[in-house]
Amino acid sequence: MKKTSGWPLPARMGLAAEFYQFCKLHELRFQRCTDCGTWRHLPRPICGSCGSFNYQWARSSGKGKVYSWITVAQPMLPAFSAAAPYTVPLVDMDEGVRMVALIEDTPPESMRIGMPVEVVFDDMTPEITVPRFRRAG
Amino acid sequence: MAHFLKDKACVAGVGETRYTRGTDTTTLQDALLASSKALADAGLKPHDIDGIVSNAGLAPAPETLAANLGIENLRFAVGNTVGGGAGACAGLQIAALAIASGLARNVLMPVGWHSYSGLRVRKLGSEVDLTTVPGPIGATIADFYMPQGAMVPAHFYGWMATRYVQEYGVQPQAPAAVALAARKHAHLNPLAYMRGRPLTMEDYLNSRIISYPFRLNDCCLETDGACAIVMTSAEQARDLRKPPVFISGCAEGHPYPDDDFGGRADLLHIGLTDAAPKAFAMAEVTPADLDFAEVYDCFTYVVLIELEALGVCKRGEAPDFVRDGRIELGGELPILTHGGLLSEAHLAGAAHIVEAVRQLRRECGERQVRDAEVGVVTGWGDFGDGSIAILRR
Repeated sequence: MKKTSGWPLPARMGLAAEFYQFCKLHELRFQRCTDCGTWRHLPRPICGSCGSFNYQWARSSGKGKVYSWITVAQPMLPAFSAAAPYTVPLVDMDEGVRMVALIEDTPPESMRIGMPVEVVFDDMTPEITVPRFRRAG
Repeated sequence: MAHFLKDKACVAGVGETRYTRGTDTTTLQDALLASSKALADAGLKPHDIDGIVSNAGLAPAPETLAANLGIENLRFAVGNTVGGGAGACAGLQIAALAIASGLARNVLMPVGWHSYSGLRVRKLGSEVDLTTVPGPIGATIADFYMPQGAMVPAHFYGWMATRYVQEYGVQPQAPAAVALAARKHAHLNPLAYMRGRPLTMEDYLNSRIISYPFRLNDCCLETDGACAIVMTSAEQARDLRKPPVFISGCAEGHPYPDDDFGGRADLLHIGLTDAAPKAFAMAEVTPADLDFAEVYDCFTYVVLIELEALGVCKRGEAPDFVRDGRIELGGELPILTHGGLLSEAHLAGAAHIVEAVRQLRRECGERQVRDAEVGVVTGWGDFGDGSIAILRR
């Protein structure tokens, strides 16, 4: 999908910057508590399960299943016009976290709960890469 | 033993401006006008007010309101309650606590919002840097949703609605019933922006998709205006101008985690799911006792999900419940008797409270719910924060 200029880039505040640094390497990584093993996303300083501040950026399989979605028909920014209608699913990743990303090359009518998807990377600028999904299998 | 807060505080006065699309007033002027009307309705003077609860972004700050209204002895000021449209109803709980504890005698709660002529929600991200938006959701949107093309409430709540549609096979006639009920009631409300503008099932089904699953007529209005509520103690209310409307039950609830749709095991477990049972227990009534329900209606599908969270019907059953005029005036449980955000105006939930008070005072003329004794108001904001108040005359 063609992303025209003006397409919003992540602000990369705080720990989000680390998430996107791995995206730039085409690696999807989520925080994982090194005390209790719980995966988390969004990035947070503390584990909501055990209260530990210790974590690593652990590699995700990049695979998941669709939990829900929207298909945006009316673009809210001029930059989205060329892409609309576009579909943005919530995906339950294999690691147990849920992630939002636009799904590419998938007609809205083919969307199903439980549909397997996998992550791909979109190099939006020389500095910034964001994850997207595509249908798997 | 009765809950310590039950029926201790009541609404003594309500007021509002005209509701328009386009205005040459400021939100401060509007909030002051609505506040003055609410004070007059209660039979109170500005110097009687010693508490103000307002919500950042939806009303002027308490200090500003006090300075303009001539409130010289402000001693309880809350400048933010909770998540957007959940804030007005949550404010009732805060004011009731302040009054019941003696921290304040009379509390003013205005909302003044120009969602049409001021900053429009659709401009978030283009004309407003979301990283500077206070509160829990700006950073989430800026870093993880907007780069994926999801940036406004129609998108966020769409995730919940699609899940709801898919889990229960919901047909468009169900949300349509909510839109049509709101419009039907708006025709009976002189203040309603959509009064006299017809909406049929055919119109609804033909309205364009904004963001699946939401059609244009699933979405609330953007309008300009203000309304205000004055609260006092049960004891003092007896000597005031209008019959008191008691806060019998109130609660707020928050989905976990509150700042992201990820991490929620069940997206349809909303704040109201937790709050509603607490409020009903406090009020010592059940959903079957309700004479009307002013359910926060940013989107029609959200109303369906809230009706289930309220316990009016079981989960997945709202599409059946809303059929056959059951939610219209004269039906089993009329909702949005003023037209709501969908067809009256968008006052971020505060006008729902005003309407409930008027219904319980039996001041609603053509749209009066006969023999109204008990009603519920809900709020909804941010990513599914919920608030609820059960009111009785």
